[in-house]
Amino acid sequence: MKIMTKKIKNLNLNFGPQHPAAHGVLRLILELDGEVVEKADPHIGLLHRGTEKLIENKTYMQAVPYFDRLDYVAPMNQEHAFALAIEKILKIEVPIRAQFIRVIFCEIGRILSHILNVTTQALDVGALTPSLWGFEERETLMTFYERASGSRLHANYFRAGGVHQDLPAGLEEDISNFCERFPKIINDLENLLTDNRIFKQRNVDIGIVTKEDALDYSFTGVMIRGSGIPWDLRKSQPYDCYEQLEFKIPVGKNGDCYDRYLCRIEEMKESVSIIKQCLSKIEKGPIKSLDGKINPPPKKDLKQSMEALIHHFKLFTEGYRVPKDEIYTAVEAPKGEFGVYLISDGSNKPYKCKIRAPGFSHLQSMDYLIRGHMLADVPAVLGSLDIVFGEVDR
Amino acid sequence: MNNLLDLEKKINSELTTKIKKSEIKHDQIFLEIDKDNLIDVTQFIKTNKEMRFRQLIDITVVDYPEQTQRFKIVYLFLSHEFNQRIILSYLINENEIIPSLTSIFPSANWMEREVFDMYGVNFKNHPDLRRILTDYGFEGHPLRKDFPLTGHTEVRYSEEHSKVVSEPVKLEQNYRNFDYESPWEGTKYIKDQNENNDKKN
Repeated sequence: MKIMTKKIKNLNLNFGPQHPAAHGVLRLILELDGEVVEKADPHIGLLHRGTEKLIENKTYMQAVPYFDRLDYVAPMNQEHAFALAIEKILKIEVPIRAQFIRVIFCEIGRILSHILNVTTQALDVGALTPSLWGFEERETLMTFYERASGSRLHANYFRAGGVHQDLPAGLEEDISNFCERFPKIINDLENLLTDNRIFKQRNVDIGIVTKEDALDYSFTGVMIRGSGIPWDLRKSQPYDCYEQLEFKIPVGKNGDCYDRYLCRIEEMKESVSIIKQCLSKIEKGPIKSLDGKINPPPKKDLKQSMEALIHHFKLFTEGYRVPKDEIYTAVEAPKGEFGVYLISDGSNKPYKCKIRAPGFSHLQSMDYLIRGHMLADVPAVLGSLDIVFGEVDR
Repeated sequence: MNNLLDLEKKINSELTTKIKKSEIKHDQIFLEIDKDNLIDVTQFIKTNKEMRFRQLIDITVVDYPEQTQRFKIVYLFLSHEFNQRIILSYLINENEIIPSLTSIFPSANWMEREVFDMYGVNFKNHPDLRRILTDYGFEGHPLRKDFPLTGHTEVRYSEEHSKVVSEPVKLEQNYRNFDYESPWEGTKYIKDQNENNDKKN
């Protein structure tokens, strides 16, 4: 009998860039053997805007809005890293009220980001309701952003030395009311997902990351905590007033998509508790450093004081100068370690500002995570990586 | 090692001549080395029991076009165990090829691709050195200081060819870079005076 031989070729599949589960503009070239993924090659850069180049050509104050446009689901966390970097070089003290305001809004950013991620991950594996419920809460949170800074997304609120303006009357109370109400919403989401059979089947034991690999692949944030390494910059290298606050770091056990989901849910609960603590501790006081060379004076002073007028004019034309130095500062953004490597040369513009985006190294591991999984697991793994293209492509 | 000073001493004593300069700034150790020692030094700080810099946070380049050794390559490392950061750097000439860290840290893969894309620095033994952030078929290295902010080409959809075409940039107005910096140093006493003013008011 003659043995029939047939040549089988692997199928190359182009996933994205216009695909709802690609979380933006990811183009993923998948090599499939039947339904099993043999290789994944993410093509990124479709949202590349040259942020770092633009920042080099802008004064320090003009550079802040670019940070909102990186991870656009948690804008203020990014600004925080940049503000901290400048503050450390300039050695300026941030008034305690400003620190609390910044922490409140960073935690709001964390909730914003985690709601988006948890619910869209659920959407990717087939659950529609969580995203409808979650987005309502996001809307509420974004009105808090709007009331404080004037815009829902691109806040441009943090400054070196504090924040742009004080909270409007009643906002603290409304945030506090939200904190009372929100844990119930998290419970509702959990009722829908945590024990859901389909959700578990799609996420448990999918995309497992071991401790060693989490380190080797430069994972940070939930990605490393999901694998059982208790590492959170808010605890280990505290910035602003995080030292005064009590909160727990949820850590996963198995390092799969499901554990990462659980971590995010727990982190939201912790964030609510952090916001509550901040609101109870916050007191009246200045909201930015009073050094007129760094921060503009209040509007009403412009009509009274010549010095204030000069400061205002100088700050909004020349900006402030930052002495020659080199620094790396990182904050625990919702997605992981967001860092700014800043080189100043004594002028009013940064000489170099490298942005370390957590999503970049997470997405890089896509090939390692998905190899050997089924095609249907691609959106589940991608969802649990928490990718936002604003920061990956920069 | 939890103490930064001890750590610096330890690095200097173990690696002796391989470290050209070490400095502690902002609670981080800044090390300067030679290009040839990169692999040895990273291997050492990664595996040494008292350091355990297990994570490569980022790789980047700083461009100093006026210097003969134009590029400063910068590596950021993090040790979870001892909660320390090291910033490693060395200078190279424009066309020098530098060793790749992909064999030690798999995450270096994309970081080095980004460096290659943005600055045109070449890596030896990199498994997959392609452009990463810029467009397919892009020319030039955008983060170099001599690359114009507006770029060289712009893209548009051409009805004639029924596809996206790229053309040289045509701007109605050139990019204007204002020099706002005043030559005056300004006075140092303004802050005190302000406080006096407040009292008067």
